[in-house]
Amino acid sequence: MLLVFDLWQGSSLPRHKFGFNFFRTSVWDPIFDQFGALPFIYGTLVTATVSLVIAVPLGIGAAIFLAELAPARVSDTLEFFIDLLAAVPSVIYGLLGVFIVVPLMRQYIQPALKHSLGFLPLFKGPAYGIGFLTAGIVLAIMVIPYIISISREVLLSVPRDQREAALSLGATRWESTWKVVVPFARGGILGSIFLALARALGETMAVTMVVGNTPAISASLFSPGYSIAAVIANELTEAIGDLHYQSLIELGLVLFLLTFILNGLARLLIVATSQRGSGMGHA
Amino acid sequence: MSPRLRWRKFVSGFMLGMTGVCALVSVSVLFLILGYLVYHGGTSVSWNFFTKLPAPVGETGGGMANAIVGSAKLLLLAALIGVPVGFFGAIYLAEFSGSTTAFVVRYAADLLNGVPSIVIGIFAYSLAVLPFKHFSTLSGGFALGLMMIPITLRSTEEFLRSVPNALREAAMALGASKSKTIATVIVPAAYRGILTAILLAFARVAGETAPLLFTAFGNRFWSQGWNQPTAALPEMIYRYAISPYDDWHRQAWAAGLVLLGLILVINIVARAILSRGIAVPRT
Repeated sequence: MLLVFDLWQGSSLPRHKFGFNFFRTSVWDPIFDQFGALPFIYGTLVTATVSLVIAVPLGIGAAIFLAELAPARVSDTLEFFIDLLAAVPSVIYGLLGVFIVVPLMRQYIQPALKHSLGFLPLFKGPAYGIGFLTAGIVLAIMVIPYIISISREVLLSVPRDQREAALSLGATRWESTWKVVVPFARGGILGSIFLALARALGETMAVTMVVGNTPAISASLFSPGYSIAAVIANELTEAIGDLHYQSLIELGLVLFLLTFILNGLARLLIVATSQRGSGMGHA
Repeated sequence: MSPRLRWRKFVSGFMLGMTGVCALVSVSVLFLILGYLVYHGGTSVSWNFFTKLPAPVGETGGGMANAIVGSAKLLLLAALIGVPVGFFGAIYLAEFSGSTTAFVVRYAADLLNGVPSIVIGIFAYSLAVLPFKHFSTLSGGFALGLMMIPITLRSTEEFLRSVPNALREAAMALGASKSKTIATVIVPAAYRGILTAILLAFARVAGETAPLLFTAFGNRFWSQGWNQPTAALPEMIYRYAISPYDDWHRQAWAAGLVLLGLILVINIVARAILSRGIAVPRT
């Protein structure tokens, strides 16, 4: 609570000066004291969306494998590796992003995408390597472990009878998983996705290192952009004047509230789902 | 077998196979990360790396001794703040508070855990840096300690709760007071779990970079004291990775390898301690 108060107090100046326009204008110019947050909000949302598009299918697929198919020992071992993956600090992901993913994107993936899907506005423009797409991919790698371990827990808490009932009605293994077990655990899986989203939105280091740090809005995923967390990391200590500093604080407040709401929802969903699973056998 | 059934079986096998692929891809990322770090950083980890100061810009060689010591100091401070607060908070939650308070505090801790580290950084910056008008080791330790609290609190509490009630009742029946019960029976019974919780929290903040950018700030020389800016490993990785010098890139890889190695070892040790079971005597 102290945190909210601190951020609220700290951002009074731009709130008075720009009001709601803070979120609607896209000029960020410290020299002329013009601060519009739109490019950062856009960049944050785009990178987070890209990351979820990649991470959600992969993460849920892996969680289904770990919870439904793999024998307990294999599942536990893999889960151990997934936990280690979740412990890798973000700056290391950034390091690999800069030196491995960026060249890879520039030389192979972006030209290939452009060649095959270049008619879409998403994949236009020069392939710099850095940009929204790269940041999204690095973020995806970072959030997958979260989706996997929570979804796995929730899937494991689905009562056995549910599976047995589906199988005894003649469903194939996949049908029982996809039409019975997964819907049963829907809330918890959604919760894990929210948690992943909150993390992707607030992630700083890895994004700062690969997103390109250009406050611009562009439809192309190849173009460099910026995110809320990245601009705070880059400019807070070098802010010129109170207005600049406090605008950054207000961005921090926006980021905080966004992740706060997402996390709150996610926790409730996860708790509700696992209670449903352990509490009773019918639903 | 009707064609429809054959189709359903095919879909089942195919989709389940795909989930296996998802799991494999997700886990292999860990080995890719380790492989790249060893490949690029392995040759640069030398005696000099651990004992020398960073070389002046433009010269090759030098090490990160100051960053390693700086990280150690920051972690010490973080532990001084995070461990006692988390530990005693957990004891209160598990042993004294009513269920509503416990739920609220737990929920708040989860949310605090989900706050992006950059926002924690802003908070520490405005509280512990601005009033003193300079960056310091203390403020960095404060930021990291803040992040350690919810992690330590949540997991310690869970382990305390898993101590069977029979133990509490037995101690009480022998005439022990509540505080004596906690100090001599419950905490010793859960000590492995608590140790694991603390180690994991430690590993988590050891890799944090974002809050350090505004607090400990970084330093190319030995820190002049607790009151002065200091370097830290993750922060050095960031600065070196985005620098234009090849030699710095090399050192960033080396630092990444050292940092990740440290974090993975702590994680594995923590889990090994735990897997030997919580030392609760069988009834």
